[in-house]
Amino acid sequence: MLTCEDKKLIQQIWGKLCGAEEEVGAEALWRMFQSYPATKTYFPHFDMTPGSEQIHCHGKKVVVALGNGIKNIDNLSQALAELSNLHAYNLRVDPTHFSLQFLAQCLQVVLATRLGKEFTPEVHAAMDKYMSAVASVLAEKYR
Amino acid sequence: MVHWSAQEKQLIANIWGKLSVEECGAEALARLLIVYPWTQRFFDNFGNLSSPTAILGNPRVRAHGKKVLTSFGEAIKNLDNLKGTYSRLSELHCDKLHVDPENFRLLGDVLLIVLATHLTKDFTPACQATWQKLVGAVAHALARQYH
Repeated sequence: MLTCEDKKLIQQIWGKLCGAEEEVGAEALWRMFQSYPATKTYFPHFDMTPGSEQIHCHGKKVVVALGNGIKNIDNLSQALAELSNLHAYNLRVDPTHFSLQFLAQCLQVVLATRLGKEFTPEVHAAMDKYMSAVASVLAEKYR
Repeated sequence: MVHWSAQEKQLIANIWGKLSVEECGAEALARLLIVYPWTQRFFDNFGNLSSPTAILGNPRVRAHGKKVLTSFGEAIKNLDNLKGTYSRLSELHCDKLHVDPENFRLLGDVLLIVLATHLTKDFTPACQATWQKLVGAVAHALARQYH
């Protein structure tokens, strides 16, 4: 469960990304495709070359959605309701080994490379909890 | 048996050469206990684990973290025989320690984040991909003798 302290830390850290959403999102996706090749199966229509415009655009979309979740962190279910429907009925990304966990790992690695020591254990824990909560919401309507 | 390309072996060796095994090991174990507090179940006799500060400063956590990462070093020296290298430890984790292998995956992921905080942009996507493969292979070897 996200505590008040967690929420504060998440908002602080996310604030530091201001302006770099596209870069961070694109890098997280790129790392995910490199480290977990099976995730590419959800994007057969994508240009997977480095610097791909599609990866950039999609990365930005993902990070903006995560940011929106953070702005509405007390009502995540509602804030992500549409995305929840999308993932359940259209995208159907495997929820058991939820491929989201791979995105979560890669996003945290990107944050860690950018923030270094500022990505403290407390921040790490808070972000991990947040990504877990997001994955839960996105998997809510699967069955 | 896992196949390692020359480039992967190079990336592994490069990164390993930049690490303080003592510091990174301690931090990785501490972060495991902080980010996934249920993992503390294996360390009841480690003393004060009541807060992130306590965990980070706990000498038993630090010592054990160093031990774990040192053992990781053995994997790196024996990339072509991870199964053999970890056979005894695998039995130990199953028969004596009763550790769910899922925890090996968690520790692997946490280790990578520790590397990322230390190396920052030097921890490139290619490095990460190689090291995710490495921690995955080690986790697999450690789970190999479970029955």
